[in-house]
Amino acid sequence: MTATDTTEAPPGVPPDRARRAGRPPALRRDGRYASVFLAPSLGGLALFTLFPTAMALGISLFDWPVFGERKFLGIENYTQLLSDPVFRRVVLNTTLFVVLYVPLNVVVSLGLATWLGPKIKGRQAFRVLFFIPVMTPMVANVMVWRLLFQPGGLLDSGLQSWFGINAPNFLGSSDWAMPAIVAMSIWQGFGYNFLVFSAALDQVPQSQLESAQIDGAGPFQRFRYVTWPMITPSLFFATTMTLITSFQVFAQPFILTQGGPGVSTQTIVMYVYNQGWQFLSMGLASAAGWVLFVIIMGITAIQFVGQRKWVNYDV
Amino acid sequence: MSETSATARRFRSGVSHVLLILVAILFLGPLVYAVSTSLKPADEVFTPTPELFGSEIRWQNYADAFTFAPFGRYFLNSLFVAVVGTLVVVVASSMSAYAFARLKFRGREQLFVLFLGTLMVPQEVLIVPMYWLMQSLGWVDSYWALILPWAFTAFGTFLLRQFFLTVPAELEEAARVDGCGPFGSFLRIMLPLARPAIAVLTVFTFISFWGSFLWPLIIVNSVEAKGTVPLGLAQFIGQQGTQWNLMMAASVLAMVPTVLLVVLLQKHLVRGLLVTGLGGR
Repeated sequence: MTATDTTEAPPGVPPDRARRAGRPPALRRDGRYASVFLAPSLGGLALFTLFPTAMALGISLFDWPVFGERKFLGIENYTQLLSDPVFRRVVLNTTLFVVLYVPLNVVVSLGLATWLGPKIKGRQAFRVLFFIPVMTPMVANVMVWRLLFQPGGLLDSGLQSWFGINAPNFLGSSDWAMPAIVAMSIWQGFGYNFLVFSAALDQVPQSQLESAQIDGAGPFQRFRYVTWPMITPSLFFATTMTLITSFQVFAQPFILTQGGPGVSTQTIVMYVYNQGWQFLSMGLASAAGWVLFVIIMGITAIQFVGQRKWVNYDV
Repeated sequence: MSETSATARRFRSGVSHVLLILVAILFLGPLVYAVSTSLKPADEVFTPTPELFGSEIRWQNYADAFTFAPFGRYFLNSLFVAVVGTLVVVVASSMSAYAFARLKFRGREQLFVLFLGTLMVPQEVLIVPMYWLMQSLGWVDSYWALILPWAFTAFGTFLLRQFFLTVPAELEEAARVDGCGPFGSFLRIMLPLARPAIAVLTVFTFISFWGSFLWPLIIVNSVEAKGTVPLGLAQFIGQQGTQWNLMMAASVLAMVPTVLLVVLLQKHLVRGLLVTGLGGR
């Protein structure tokens, strides 16, 4: 499919008739150029995104080993997923991560962005600082935190020598592993929303805040009635993006705990990886990937429906 | 305004600054710890009390990291994949962005919606069929597979289209009157004007290739030959007697290029974030 077929006058039709049909010559010429300009992106997206997306649905309906014979199963992979206690646990773990991570991330990033208002000196330096872990390779960040959480690592030795208490085995205990993963993730990720919120807060006119102050509004009231309505679009955007990406959590549990202890920190993406590349069952992996896709689409849809109630685009 | 309230305000602002600096130090802690560990002798990584420095500053660790594991190779692989990948992304997206912003053709709006729709598909849905596709093409364990599948994303098209739309049409019309075709005005007028936007796209793309982990983990079999930096780092997990000081040296080195980019291009990055609201994959 090319975008241009239909914009060309049929061969043999004189230009003046095409013009009479309501199409200026520039448009016809543009169409031909457009196909050239669009070809690389369109070809790449078709081959590497559109086709695989459809293909994923197909594969999920098969018993599809990496090597060997494929067999059509219908929805059996999906029913198997639903009855698999590991998969159910994995969905639960991922949800727990999201429920802990997203609100904490928003509170920390919005809190710091509000704190670092225009009156703070050196705010540009703070912005750069908090943004560094967002951009450094996730695996390198996680490595550092793995050492930090290690028995004998900084947290352990710090707690012992400064407070005289033994640190829990953060990564080896089923009570502590998930909070440890969440803590690490917030450290590495909040800088992004922090920047988004900082930029949004900069748009709030100081004059309005000052006149509210003269009218006797305290800091909380100023935030609630002046600032909040003006930043809801950013809040909506940031929470939606953070929700989507946090359902895709992988590198943190993969490197910090390998999903353990047991399967207590295994996530959906880890399950996809394990099914596909440890157990070589591509059909099941693809089905799990589609389940994740559907969850993400559902959450995004709910966000978009819910935004009418609290997001304010009129200010 | 009375004298006391001015003093109180100055005091509060002072406390606020001190607290902020404490928060920043806490935030920097893990990074300082990484650098500190990377300079310690191996048997001083785990000490009963936290210490910033070991008995000696071992710069040698950084050299040793490269002999302990083929990190030189990993860095070259990552650099190659990130540079070529970024180049493909920038060329393909600037071309399609130009078409969407400036050329008139039937079905343009529908096609653009289709482009944006592809942004919704998460990588996890694509990896299984993508692996199969790579197998069919014979690209498993190749640079092709590391680069091409993620080099055509609608994100860049979207970002650059926004910028092209802000360029006044008169500029291009003047060029066309002077005999410049779409290719001429794309190359000579639009691209140079879009330099800041292209810089933003370049940085985001480079960083997302540089840090990418899941896909290399899947598609690379011969880690020693085709491994990227994140993959090389992850290789150490689960191995007995991890050399934490060397590991931290390698991790710190893996962070250097991106930290430099963030510091050098901070202004562009903030603006890019605002325009696009996206930060890589």
